[in-house]
Amino acid sequence: MNQTLIKESVTDKLFLSIVYIFLSIVLILILFPLLHILSASFSSPSAVTSGKVWLWPVDFTLVGYKAVFQNSDILVGFGNSFFYTIVGTLVNVAFTVMLAYPLARKTFYGRGLIMILIVFTMFFDGGLIPNYLLVKSLGMVNTRWAMIIPGALAVFQVIIARTFFQSIPEELAEAAEMDGCSDMRFFLRIVLPLSKPILAVLFLMYAVGHWNAYFNALIYLKDSSMFPLQIFLRNILILNSENSDMLTNVNSLLVQQGLKDLLKYSLIVVSSAPVLIIYPFVQRHFVKGVMIGSLKG
Amino acid sequence: MEVTSSKAVPPNPSERITPRKKAGTSAGRKIMKHWQFYLLVFLPLLYIIIFKYIPMFGVIIAFKEYNVVQGILGSPWAGLKYFKQLFEVPFFWQYFKNTLEISLYGMAIGFPAPIILALALNEIRNGIFKKSVQMVTYAPYFISTVVIVSILIVNLSPNVGLLSNAFRALGMEPVDFLGKAGFFKTIYVFSDVWQFTGYGAIIYIAALSGVNPDLYEAAKVDGASRFQKIINIDIPSLIPVIVILLILNLGQMMSLGFEKIYLMQNPLNQNTSEVISTYVYKVGLLGANFSFSAAIGLFNSVINFVLLILVNFISKKISSNSLW
Repeated sequence: MNQTLIKESVTDKLFLSIVYIFLSIVLILILFPLLHILSASFSSPSAVTSGKVWLWPVDFTLVGYKAVFQNSDILVGFGNSFFYTIVGTLVNVAFTVMLAYPLARKTFYGRGLIMILIVFTMFFDGGLIPNYLLVKSLGMVNTRWAMIIPGALAVFQVIIARTFFQSIPEELAEAAEMDGCSDMRFFLRIVLPLSKPILAVLFLMYAVGHWNAYFNALIYLKDSSMFPLQIFLRNILILNSENSDMLTNVNSLLVQQGLKDLLKYSLIVVSSAPVLIIYPFVQRHFVKGVMIGSLKG
Repeated sequence: MEVTSSKAVPPNPSERITPRKKAGTSAGRKIMKHWQFYLLVFLPLLYIIIFKYIPMFGVIIAFKEYNVVQGILGSPWAGLKYFKQLFEVPFFWQYFKNTLEISLYGMAIGFPAPIILALALNEIRNGIFKKSVQMVTYAPYFISTVVIVSILIVNLSPNVGLLSNAFRALGMEPVDFLGKAGFFKTIYVFSDVWQFTGYGAIIYIAALSGVNPDLYEAAKVDGASRFQKIINIDIPSLIPVIVILLILNLGQMMSLGFEKIYLMQNPLNQNTSEVISTYVYKVGLLGANFSFSAAIGLFNSVINFVLLILVNFISKKISSNSLW
């Protein structure tokens, strides 16, 4: 008995070290490409083009970032993306809690029916063309509304929020009702202050969604003054069609090519920074949100 | 309406008794008593009806000769013309096959990956290492599709980037991975794994943290090894979550995301990279062939829906886990 215990603990130790090695490899595989891009963005154009950059910056410079912030398109994109993210997220969160809270209350007559109506949309939708024609007939194509209204609500988030609201005891609402507190007042004064964790989750998920979205802009917007950052990123990073004003003060073709490559790295860093900087601070909430959504989905 | 709300104090206690007396008090009464709920849901519900249900009826343009002047309702009927046309498009089955292949490939690799990560994380004790692994693996989820594809392009291009650097360092000729049709599916699937495994693991980590500790105690007494505990305790306790997520995944098999594939496409990999959603976009919005495109979309949605119901039904029969 004693011997088997020792023997097993040896295999257990071996197993555990395999687990640690496995997780370390995972960690490196995810971190390395990110660090490489970060380092390349701080390196000199020639070091990037000739492939000298691995994990640390080579010939540290801020040329790439200078080029990014000299580009008028990118600044316009940043401005637009901030606007869509802030306004869009406010609309999203408001709509989500407005729908989710009554659905969590047993005294809300007809909630079963509404719930079915909502959940059904998760599994069946009209598709791209009918959606586009609807937005077009509402006159929203090529307006800023198209970036806010068609995605005003994500059904999945409603279900997560509803699950959270259901955890607030019904007795609390009953007691408040007895004391003459209206549903609206109870919602604003009691429920919302109790719901900070879920509000944080909703803000985060929706804001990230807005910041990263490009599809609605691709199909609904024509006018480049309204483009969000992601569309400009696509043009520069993927279609390779940057406008030339960021390269005007460079004359040699070789340096221009190098700067073009470098610019991509800096642009990737600059555009992802807002989200990735906030992320560690809100990670706790966001994990909680996924758990709320998963345990009772 | 105002009467019920502002004078809600005195009638309340009595109202709490009346429903029991008259068991079938009218729906109207229940609605009036909580009219503010209806005020709250009014706008969001209006949104759902307009932006989710109207497009559902809008799919009738798949059966019509849609033209802009006459609109959806006014356009003449076309019957099944566009569905017939769909099956006659020479490349349609190729796109169908691509969609299915990428989905299945993605599921084969991408579905187990978060489970494995969660099981591994569950083995190690809480500490800086565990926290860093979690933090780093969740992070790529927050990077936008455009940036992910840019990272792929930058790193896989034959000119600059990690892989070509590595190839050159080894004295080999760099390969243009994204220009090779044969690599497309693998690049797509593994970059998805890179981006979403950490996020996907959260659900399983949550489920594992809810396992009754007594089970581990009992296993310890029985002399079970770590690996045996995973097989006999951890995995069985994950089964309900796994089944639900599997049903949801299979139900979405044909609705392969447009965003990433569209960005990864180039003329060189078109053969393997064109899927139904990108084809719908190109035919419909770029080619302005609305009815035909809507027919493809509808065809796709119906397959998805049928799959979902089918898989859910099967799962209900064998494992008693189901969505409804």
